Amino acid sequence: MSAKNKTTITAEPGKQELFITREFDAPRELVFKAHTDPNLFAQWIGPRGLTTTLEAFEPVSGGKWRFTQKDKDGNEFGFHGVFHEVSPERMIQTFEFDGLPESGHVTLETMTLEELPNGRTSLTAQSVFQTVSDRDGMVQAGMEHGVNEGYERLDEILTKM
Amino acid sequence: MARTPTTHDPFNAVAEPKRRQVLEALGVQELSVNAIVELLGWSQPSVSKHLGVLKQVGLVEERRVGRQRMYRVNAERLKPIYEWVAPFERIWSERFDRLDAVLQKMKKEQ
Repeated sequence: MSAKNKTTITAEPGKQELFITREFDAPRELVFKAHTDPNLFAQWIGPRGLTTTLEAFEPVSGGKWRFTQKDKDGNEFGFHGVFHEVSPERMIQTFEFDGLPESGHVTLETMTLEELPNGRTSLTAQSVFQTVSDRDGMVQAGMEHGVNEGYERLDEILTKM
Repeated sequence: MARTPTTHDPFNAVAEPKRRQVLEALGVQELSVNAIVELLGWSQPSVSKHLGVLKQVGLVEERRVGRQRMYRVNAERLKPIYEWVAPFERIWSERFDRLDAVLQKMKKEQ
């Protein structure tokens, strides 16, 4: 096994986009399959402690996707969008979180998968938001979630002591 | 093109890709302007200009050693920028760690 692959987020100040990059110790066709096979996709997409249910998942051009994530208190978070282009080299889709006070805050996501030597793959995902504040709001939401998850982990450690 | 107010805000200062390259070149080492020029292959005035902005926002510290000026990253000033995106990065990092596990299973089943 090689060293742990690092996930990098690039969110330049004042821009409407952000980039996520990551390498995988697996060939492109497998990384692509894990993104397009509903059973595989559901296994890794959801945050820890939430159950992901795919209600629609049609990874073809023009196909729609929708999934909900449920926490242990029964709170549900819904997400949906449309696939625009689906190929091992590139996937383009829209993304919208149903839980916002108003609808229409749609993100355009482009993921490229590049083959690397030794059966490895490089993933680059670009998310383009409608406004800078939409983007910053998404990153900020990550902060709140991340903090909660941090506490959860602290709870775990404390119960083991 | 309107000039962005880069001189007060570290967030603005790192919005310029070339300044991020200077920070990356410095990394954890202390380097002279000439060493950075050599690493990046840019002109000396260009490196000095970006170092100047980074110094003004406190992202880079300067020290005189004899006739040379040495530069290093001020990690303390860089921290807020990192912290802003870190939790979001962790969500994705954990997600991709799970994807790693799925991929390892798939590889075995092949």
